[in-house]
Amino acid sequence: MDLTLLMAGVLAFAILMYVLLDGFDLGVGMLSALVPEPAWRDRMVDSIAPVWDGNETWLILGGAILFAAFPAAYGLVLPALYLPVIGMLLALIFRGVAFEFRVKARRSRRLWDFAFAAGSGAAAFLQGVLLGIFITGIGNDAPLGLGSAIFPMLTGVALMAGYALLGGTWIVLKTDGPLRDWAARCSRQLLLVVMAGIAMISAVTPLASAAVAERWFGDLWRTLALAPVPLITAGVAWWLWQALAGQRDGLIFRLSQAVFGLGFIGLGVSLWPYAVPFSMTIWDAAAPASSLAFTAVAVVCTLPLVLIYTGYAYLVFRGKIHEGEGYH
Amino acid sequence: MPELDPLLLSRIQFAFTIGFHILFPTLTIGLAFFLVTLEGLWLRTGNPVYVRLYRLWTKVFALTFGMGVVSGIVMTYQLGTNFGVFAGITGPVLGPLLSVEVLTAFFVEAGFIGIMLFGWNRVGPRLHFAATVMVLLGTLNSAFWILVANSWMHTPAGTELIDGRFVVTDWWAVIFNPSMPYRVAHMTLASFLTTALVIAGASAFYLLRGRFLPEARRAFSVATLAIAVLAPSQIVMGDLHGLNTLEHQPTKIAAMEGLWETTEGAPLVLFALPDQQAEENRFAIEIPRLASFILTHDWDGEVPGLTAVAPEDRPPVAIVFWSFRIMVGLGFAFLAIGFIGLWLRFRRRLLHASWFHKVCLAFLPAGFVATLAGWVTTEVGRQPYTVYGLLRTADSASAVAGWQVALSLLLFIAVYGVLFAVYAVFARRVILHGPNYDEPLPTRQRVLPTSPKAHPAPAE
Repeated sequence: MDLTLLMAGVLAFAILMYVLLDGFDLGVGMLSALVPEPAWRDRMVDSIAPVWDGNETWLILGGAILFAAFPAAYGLVLPALYLPVIGMLLALIFRGVAFEFRVKARRSRRLWDFAFAAGSGAAAFLQGVLLGIFITGIGNDAPLGLGSAIFPMLTGVALMAGYALLGGTWIVLKTDGPLRDWAARCSRQLLLVVMAGIAMISAVTPLASAAVAERWFGDLWRTLALAPVPLITAGVAWWLWQALAGQRDGLIFRLSQAVFGLGFIGLGVSLWPYAVPFSMTIWDAAAPASSLAFTAVAVVCTLPLVLIYTGYAYLVFRGKIHEGEGYH
Repeated sequence: MPELDPLLLSRIQFAFTIGFHILFPTLTIGLAFFLVTLEGLWLRTGNPVYVRLYRLWTKVFALTFGMGVVSGIVMTYQLGTNFGVFAGITGPVLGPLLSVEVLTAFFVEAGFIGIMLFGWNRVGPRLHFAATVMVLLGTLNSAFWILVANSWMHTPAGTELIDGRFVVTDWWAVIFNPSMPYRVAHMTLASFLTTALVIAGASAFYLLRGRFLPEARRAFSVATLAIAVLAPSQIVMGDLHGLNTLEHQPTKIAAMEGLWETTEGAPLVLFALPDQQAEENRFAIEIPRLASFILTHDWDGEVPGLTAVAPEDRPPVAIVFWSFRIMVGLGFAFLAIGFIGLWLRFRRRLLHASWFHKVCLAFLPAGFVATLAGWVTTEVGRQPYTVYGLLRTADSASAVAGWQVALSLLLFIAVYGVLFAVYAVFARRVILHGPNYDEPLPTRQRVLPTSPKAHPAPAE
């Protein structure tokens, strides 16, 4: 069994889990700045307070697995992305402390509400920027004009919209009444932005990178084989658009996650098999066999348990948070 | 304008961010243990004092835990951003250890802290207790694995340097590297002792003000007893750790002792200003032969000096020398507090001696100072290496532009400064507010957890 492949799968899974889970936390954070009723903000924050820490842990797992299994990529990518990474960490710090601080605060309550929203937004934007730089190639000395400067900004905004969509559908799932309906309306508008973003990134990525263009359009059969990815994405987005007009809140949330999952698959197709696009494959970057084996055993033994008790924690806090009730 | 040295700036940033971070886990590890004890006692006895204390200290725990989480994520990524070369070389060793930490500690803490903080009305009392226990196990596991990784950097074992990176040949040897058991025990005790000092200090404050007396008396009694047990244990443990360091990192010991020449019957230097250039101590006050006795348990034992290695292989002596003295000095002060507490308890004056309560209040933050001083001693004492004897700090840093590191360092100082001030204000507010007598007590009997269906349906 190819342990490098297994660990690449684990890394991809950790990133996907992070995006799907902390994505809605960050989305809730951004939407909390836009609520027409300040009282709604408490319910929104309460809906993620018991789970955000676990959600964020997937980002730490991603970093640790990258460090363990692909140390060469870890040591190369992070210095190359120095300022956006540091900026993202600082943004996550403000988002994270705001959970406790805003409850304890008296006069500074609004300040920490702002830190919560701004931290969430900045973290989302910078994660998108990181993605954009990563896709167009790190340490690419020949600037790609359009690609090198504007593209990361574009992916930054697109990811903000994407996380906000996840957050919006989470609020639909977890609340009721006017807040739920407001979130559903926001989600519909955000879905349009997200689909425009996905379309734009899908169009620009092959233009910015010859390797990605080759991957998708290099050979007719491959193009046909990959065609279902964007088609299904479009279909699911249409379904979500319809569902947002209805009341099936569980379905709405799952469909928004599906849109994200499909976008993630599309990205995987573009970048495979690179650990650092388009210079270092996962096999070039892989740790020695003894390190891969140790990490693989640890993952296989513990990750199922992690998923079980994390699922249990979600189960404990399932259901909608009604007006006037909270955990604090 | 002087050239901005990315290596120096990265080192300052790393020291600053990890020094900031360690304050919070130090408290949460000990507090988690305290909370498990309180909730267990409450379930057994039903005494409301325990559950009020539990809820009071849970608020401090939540605040502290949050600070630990957000400052901890920085550590996961900063190894790569600032020490990318180090990360590439040591990743095969440290990466898997950190992965195990994430999988067996961070997820456990994160998975159960939600239930612990917000789950009183959603799970039964036993399950809630189980969640508190899981959070404790998570914090202990986290301490264990991160100290395994750190200890390997001090006493590397089980690896070979092949093609410019460490390849693990024996994971057992990596995990049970020579300094690991000592470091884990020393840090865990430090965490418990620091927490006991915090609880004793806060409770002493209530006693001095005559407020929340039932809770304050119980907590003060437990905390001072804990100090009486933990402080001497920590001194014994520190001595054992020192002997282990003497065996594996003699140069660090020489710096801690301020000993330049290899000496038989080495003196214990109480005070000195070590001069790295001149290779001598200024204004030294010494007790003859005591260092030899402490380190070798023989008055005439030989202790290796700093000059046994080349000048470029020595750590900055003055920092190590002085941080060590701060730690040891505080350690003996804690010992005195522990013994005085025992004596007062024996005389039945523990809850009435207000001078002692003032001392305990003054020492509330002292455990953090001692812990930080200890970390400065061991980490600066490892210099000029990141992996002792094998990889130099100078060969570890990323090739990042100096201005970028200067910018990030300034941002960290500003942000952490603000956060620390806010944390201190809010933690103080929680303590001043004290236990909440108005909050209804949770039920100790097993009841069916409130399911969403049990809520009245909202008006449609």
